[in-house]
Amino acid sequence: MPIEAVLFAMLIAMAVAVAKLRDLYACAMLTGIFSLLSACLFTLMDAVDVAYTEAAVGAGISTVLFLGTLSLTDRAERPQKFRALPVLVVVVTGAALMYGTLDMPAYGDPEAPAHQHVGPDYMAQAPVEFEGIPNVVTPILGSWRGYDTFGETTVIFTAAVGVMLLLGRRRKKKKE
Amino acid sequence: MSTKSPMRMREKAILRLVGKGFVPFILLFALYTQFHGDFGPGGGFQAGVIFAAGLVVYGLIWGLEAVQRLAPPLLVEVLAAIGVLLYGGTGVATMLLGGNFLEYGAFVPDHTAHGQHYGLLAIELGVGITVTAAMLVIYYKFAGRALPEDA
Repeated sequence: MPIEAVLFAMLIAMAVAVAKLRDLYACAMLTGIFSLLSACLFTLMDAVDVAYTEAAVGAGISTVLFLGTLSLTDRAERPQKFRALPVLVVVVTGAALMYGTLDMPAYGDPEAPAHQHVGPDYMAQAPVEFEGIPNVVTPILGSWRGYDTFGETTVIFTAAVGVMLLLGRRRKKKKE
Repeated sequence: MSTKSPMRMREKAILRLVGKGFVPFILLFALYTQFHGDFGPGGGFQAGVIFAAGLVVYGLIWGLEAVQRLAPPLLVEVLAAIGVLLYGGTGVATMLLGGNFLEYGAFVPDHTAHGQHYGLLAIELGVGITVTAAMLVIYYKFAGRALPEDA
């Protein structure tokens, strides 16, 4: 428990620092650290695959893309006046989300829907159907949920196509 | 990317040194994540993101032209489509072999688990290729926007 408390405290410190700092390079690095801390928390909860994704996407490519973007723009954020309405919106949304978590089952609760629905069947059948595959997450996502994963891959491809269409500036134009 | 302000020049010595040390390991780790997904956490998506991050770091340090020599924009755009085709093609292949769409067991009729293994390797490779290429396309398109003003 104490290590979770330390990680959560650091998480909050990172969030406050990102909100306060004007130096955008520092902010980009701090959001990366924020993701790494989240990944540590996920690891502590035995959600290794989620942690892996968080570390790869949040701390890896996002930080790198932030830095790439920053090299095209200014390094510092323009100072802004304190405005009450955004703060109010954030506080109300945050309170609503916290209120929502009260309905969630306790962490590790065996009666939680996640442990009652298809989970037990998956855990029972995976070793039979995919014998010799130690990580059960991969076959579940790739085989039993193969359609979903295909859809997700298509979504990523579509995102790339969208960016190409919006910002596409092929070599043809350059020559003109 | 192509800005040659004094600040960037000063940073370069450290950046080059760190980049030279890290980029190969990032790419190697991405490949490990790609092909070791059955045994540990990770898979095509994470591997693709890490591989792309490695190449973007390379681009940030050595410039957009350098990374585009390594991975030409046209190649990357084609690869984005090839990854999805590889995934979908795996599904079509299982159908041609008499199974359902994406029923990898059809690859090895006598041993379903082996067929699943081959199918998973193929689709994870497709995911990895598409994710790497899509991330690079997005990076190229955004980073390339600064060039006309400098030229």
